Order: sequence, then structure tokens, then C-alpha cells
Amino acid sequence: MNKQRRKFLKIAGVSALAGIGAPALIKLSSSSAVASSGGQEAAAGHGAATAAAGHGAAVEAPQGVRLGMVIDMRKMAEVPEQLDNAIAACISAHNIPEFPDKKNEIKWLWKAPFENVFLDHSSYHSSTRVANTPFPALCNHCDDPPCVRACPTKATFKLAKNGVVAMDFHRCIGCRFCMAACPYGARSFNWQDPRPYIKKYNADFPSRMMGVVEKCNFCGERLALGQEPACVEACKGTGAITFGDLNDPQSEVRQVLDNEFTIQRKTNLGTKPSVFYIV
Amino acid sequence: MYNKGTIIPGLALFVLFVTFPIWFNGLTTAGDLPKPELPPGGEKQCVESAEYMRANHMQLLNEWRDNVLRDGNREILEIDGKKYRKGLQMACMECHTRKEKFCDSCHTYAAVTPFCWDCHLTPNEAASKEATH
Repeated sequence: MNKQRRKFLKIAGVSALAGIGAPALIKLSSSSAVASSGGQEAAAGHGAATAAAGHGAAVEAPQGVRLGMVIDMRKMAEVPEQLDNAIAACISAHNIPEFPDKKNEIKWLWKAPFENVFLDHSSYHSSTRVANTPFPALCNHCDDPPCVRACPTKATFKLAKNGVVAMDFHRCIGCRFCMAACPYGARSFNWQDPRPYIKKYNADFPSRMMGVVEKCNFCGERLALGQEPACVEACKGTGAITFGDLNDPQSEVRQVLDNEFTIQRKTNLGTKPSVFYIV
Repeated sequence: MYNKGTIIPGLALFVLFVTFPIWFNGLTTAGDLPKPELPPGGEKQCVESAEYMRANHMQLLNEWRDNVLRDGNREILEIDGKKYRKGLQMACMECHTRKEKFCDSCHTYAAVTPFCWDCHLTPNEAASKEATH
């Protein structure tokens, strides 16, 4: 009896060790293989990223239309009220509510000081014009938009047709992941029913409802009619905002980009913004 | 029969109660089919036949929504010489200018509450704060 028990305990002990040890062994041997291949991938990815970095231009030949804009702050500063006109045009074109409380603010196109717009640029001893002119900020319609990756319902997506980061308000569930993902603060949430705070209605555009995120849509509805975005139209004549296809070497934006030194917001994040600034 | 005095009036009451939907709808106007108002402007032509629209307007609106927003295809439809921009506010409401008399008449009858109007503006609502640009 005693002998049998001894034998049983031995077998049980050995098989328990084997049972615990075998998966660990398998894991160890396989993870080393995974790690080495992963390392290579990471290195390749990093290399590609560095090659592609710098002014948002992809290394591969750009394909299709990519809409973007250049904002010339020198011309913007000459006629300071044109930015207010542009914001007003945007508000009335898109039925944007104007909440009295700043924390509920819905922002498609808004004003911010240089140091808030360009966090990674030094504003130490900046010129008086830069220091005193409010900068327009808006959705950058990134080539690699983090909000699109964050959206669980695909309510926000990049239009293959023109590179605009668009939204389908019908699908938005109000989770606000996109707001957390957007490094530019370009997305706003409707904490309350926006209707009472819309001053004037544009009958061709919907309003939003409580619990929906919204942002600049590069005036997709106006582009379809062959018009320019409302803000571009409002600044017409001064040349403060140039709008067009970044991939078309003949386009007006590209002429400006070729001739001027421009900066973009937070390029180090690799989102490749489509909005450029001439400071 | 025992308790004839209670059973027969009770049965009568029961039958009356069970057939309530039938005679209530027959006697009142609650059961009448809704008559959605035709366009006040007198338009006779829609993007599809009336039968098709009656049965499938919701699918059509969803298709338009996906065309416009997802695919960026906002092409203007031309049907029998009349141009329609794809959209509830931009096509439907151009002719059916009174949502309260058109959409609501059937939706109330069928007890459906589509949430189109949470965001989309009825012509009435839009006119209440008319943009002047």
C-alpha cells in the first residue's frame, strides 16, 4: 500500500512539473522568434517614418486628390477682421451652436494664440505680429488621422476621393474616443441640445443632436457644388487662405507651398496635417 | 342554468371588451388610413413612383446618406427634367414642405418615431431662425 502511494506521488509530481514547464518552454522558444522578427519590422517601420517625416510629404508618389490649405498669417494680420468673418461664415454654413459657456464650445474653426497652436515651436521673443495675431485653428484633415483609428463605429473616416476626414453624424455614438485621439483639439462634443443656441439656420445643412461629436468637414457640401469652403470664401481677395489639391503640382496651394516656408502643427506625431501656416 | 343573471351580462360584457379594437376603430376616426398631404406647391413627380416611395423611402434615404457621406457622391439627380440634390432637407422637404402634415401623418398612425428630425431641420424649424446669407 505504502509503496503504491509513493509511486503515485512521484508520477503525479513529475507530470505536474511537465505540465507546467512544457508551455513555458514552448512560449520561451517561440517568443524569441517573434521578438526577432518584430524587431526587424519595427526598425523598418521607423526607417520609413523618418524618411516620410518632414513637411508631411509621403515618400511614395502621392496618389489621388488630397485637399489642404495654406493660411498666410502675414495677410491674415493685415485685415484682422477677416478671421472673424471666416468664423461667422463657418458658423452660419454649418448650423454651429454658440454656447455661452466656454467649456461647451463647439469649434470647427476657431482662434487661438500662436503658443497654443504651435506647442512645439518656441514662442520666446516671437515677433509682435505673431504674438498679437490670433491664429486660426481647425481640423487638419490629417493624411494619417488618429481620430479615424480611434472611432469604434467608423463614424469618422477619410474620404478616399479627396482625403477629407469626414464624419457621418448618423453613426456617432458619442464615445468621444476621437476627441481623446485628436492632438489638435479639433473635435467638440454636444453636451446639450444645440438647437436653442443656433442663431440662424442654414436650411440645407442639418444641426446635430445632444451626444454627438462634430468638427470641420472642409465644407464637403460646398465643394460638391463647386464652391470653396466658407472660410476661404470669406477671406477671398486678401489671399490669406489658399485651398486646393496638395497632390496637384499645378494647383494654387502647391504654388504657395513651393514658394514659401510653411509650418504645420505637431508634425512630430506623424499625422501629416493638410493645413499649413505661413508665420 | 344557474346564475343566469350574472353569466349572461358578464358574457356580453366580455365579448364587448374583446372586440373593443374592432368597434372602436369602426365608430371613431382612429382607424382611418392616414392621408398624407400632397406637396402644397402642386408637384406631381417624385424621384420614384408613389408606391415605391411609400414602401421604400427609408431605404432610399439610407442609400442617399451613404452615397453622400460615405462615398462623397453628392451628384445631383435629374429625374424628368427636375433636379434633386440628395438629402432629406435638400430634396424631400423642397416639395413636401410641411413635415407635420406629410411625414407625421403616417408615422403617427404606424407608431414609428424615426429620429431624422433630431438633427435634420423641418422647413418650419428652419424658417423659425432663417439665415439671411
